[in-house]
Amino acid sequence: MATGERVGVRPVGSDPGPQYAGVRPHGSDPTKTERPWNLRESYLFDRTVIAEIQRASREGIYDIRGFGAKRRLPHFDDLLFLGASISRYPLEGYRERCATDVVLGTRFAKNPLELKIPVTIAGMSFGALSAPAKEALGRGASEVGTSTTTGDGGMTDEEREHSTTLVYQVLPSRYGMNPDDLRRADAIEVVVGQGAKPGGGGMLLGHKISDRVAEMRDLPKGIDQRSASRHPDWTGPDDLEIKIGELREITDWEKPIFVKVGASRTYYDVQLAVKAGADAIVVDGMQGGTAATQDVFIEHVGIPTLPATRLAVDALQELGVHRQVQLIVSGGIRGGADVAKALALGADAVSIGTAALVALGDNSPELDGEYRELGSAAGFYDDYQAGRDPAGISTQEEALAARFDPVLGGRRIANYLRVLTLETQTLARACGKSHVHNLEPEDLVALTVEAAAMARVPLAGTDWIPGSA
Amino acid sequence: MAVAAREQAAVELVDLEQTSLRDLNQRLHDLARAPGPSAWRIVNPSGAHALACGIDAEVEVEIDGHVGYYCAGMNKRATVRVHGNAGTGLAENMMSGLVVVDGNASQSAGATGRGGLLVVGGDAAARCGISMKGIDIVVGGSVGHMSAFMAQTGCLVVCGDAGEALGDSIYEARLYIGGSVASLGADCVEKELRDEHAAQLSALLDAAGIDADPSGFRRYGSARQLYNFRIDNAGAY
Repeated sequence: MATGERVGVRPVGSDPGPQYAGVRPHGSDPTKTERPWNLRESYLFDRTVIAEIQRASREGIYDIRGFGAKRRLPHFDDLLFLGASISRYPLEGYRERCATDVVLGTRFAKNPLELKIPVTIAGMSFGALSAPAKEALGRGASEVGTSTTTGDGGMTDEEREHSTTLVYQVLPSRYGMNPDDLRRADAIEVVVGQGAKPGGGGMLLGHKISDRVAEMRDLPKGIDQRSASRHPDWTGPDDLEIKIGELREITDWEKPIFVKVGASRTYYDVQLAVKAGADAIVVDGMQGGTAATQDVFIEHVGIPTLPATRLAVDALQELGVHRQVQLIVSGGIRGGADVAKALALGADAVSIGTAALVALGDNSPELDGEYRELGSAAGFYDDYQAGRDPAGISTQEEALAARFDPVLGGRRIANYLRVLTLETQTLARACGKSHVHNLEPEDLVALTVEAAAMARVPLAGTDWIPGSA
Repeated sequence: MAVAAREQAAVELVDLEQTSLRDLNQRLHDLARAPGPSAWRIVNPSGAHALACGIDAEVEVEIDGHVGYYCAGMNKRATVRVHGNAGTGLAENMMSGLVVVDGNASQSAGATGRGGLLVVGGDAAARCGISMKGIDIVVGGSVGHMSAFMAQTGCLVVCGDAGEALGDSIYEARLYIGGSVASLGADCVEKELRDEHAAQLSALLDAAGIDADPSGFRRYGSARQLYNFRIDNAGAY
């Protein structure tokens, strides 16, 4: 197979039509497709399923793609705020203050992160993303007073320069890991897993390995770079505690240390992370994005962000450390409603990844023609692993990356983060809260029995919480 | 300890029964920014974890006794000698300098190391040199299973035997084994040991101060068959 060719990908330039799983013709609605009434599509074997079976039989390999889970999952959409009424007093929307600041890492670190908004940028690597895209994330986040996070490829000088507050990830691969970057980071995030693939390592396919990426990772150019699924020097929670101790010693106890887990056995993972000495815990639900993972992994491993949030808060409350060990939730955060609902369930902050890429210009309708040339379409593009992103975001090709304007991208990120914050404040004021952290589960009801059970809030119009007496 | 009096001494003596680990590591870290003693002797380590980690200075540190996890982790420029055994993650992610352990080392010695030389006089346990990224490791005795797993660059020299799955999923690291190899991991093969390799091996043994005959060693490295995913190799994973 040629180096530039993606495993499991349809041929570049091919029609993105029904032969490719998951991509429907742009703008079409399968429920409204014109067809004779005597043609009945199988629910079990719909055209997407049929196309995937055909693709698998043709190519002999699983599909690797980017983005997050695409299936319908219980999510924050299944919750509603009650809003103030006679028993609750609202705040004036355009006058009364609703604070949004958050401090992360107050447990042990000398220098906790002080953020102006409770929305941070999740870890995305230089390698998966282009240098100007990383720069834009830093510019935008810094403008509104929040943090960005490195990724599985080390820290670049550019992202350090453009991010006022930068979280440095310690991943199993340890690509680019060095003590100087630990010390110039503002916080450290030990990554145990991510929501798109709890229990899985990573893969940066060879055609995304530029000279610079190869050098940063101490590997030859052009080969697939596997990121290990396990850390090389610790195993289990007792070791993790000692590892965190080492990181604290190396950084003289100055930096907050986060532990990030993909949502699976969240209750236990959070308790073990607390026991291991984490200052803050990042829980990434299965809707969390990825740059390159098997589709079967993305769609079938882990639990959604909604129940994971509840389980994480349960774990922290049971240990008596809720708000002392901060909780950051990620995976499918799209708007202020998602932010507000995560906070109401007990999170201290949220992180965005996929939404940030979209804000930068990913899947932009203006690029629809170019996406179609790649066998996709605007609104469907998920081939972050392929490195041919016409938006210049998920690529290492200089010509493509040069199309991306980091100043404009930074402005878009800042705009988007401001909107998320304004929306969150709007909902918080409606519930009578002078700080977004004052939102609480009692402000919520659920639209579905599933969401009521997972979030442990009553089904709307009832006082029934499934599982409660 | 009378620290002020000791400052004048040629060798700075620190007793970990009297001084906290935090204070010791802070003093060692301060050497990156301000001059201080160039030779240190640490006594009563009592298996402490994270001892002498994160140093960034040309300094000699001798430790009398056994150390716990992550001794000399992420070391830069310093020479750290342990007169005893070492726990998991010895000199993990070392950047440069020299770390020498007289006794044995537990799992993951030299893990992800990016430079410098790590010498283990005795045996090293499983995963020695895992994901190594440029460090050189010389082991006087034997190494456990999965050593040099996903090893990227650098050299691992083992004077004794290697356990199962040596060099599994190895990239460009070079492995020199003096004794037997229980089994090779995926994509790891024996390779010709040419003159340039013999010279490299001899230089590493000399640098490590280990008296071993280089002629009996065999070289292992990557077959480079798994560098880019091919479905035909699915059975190898």
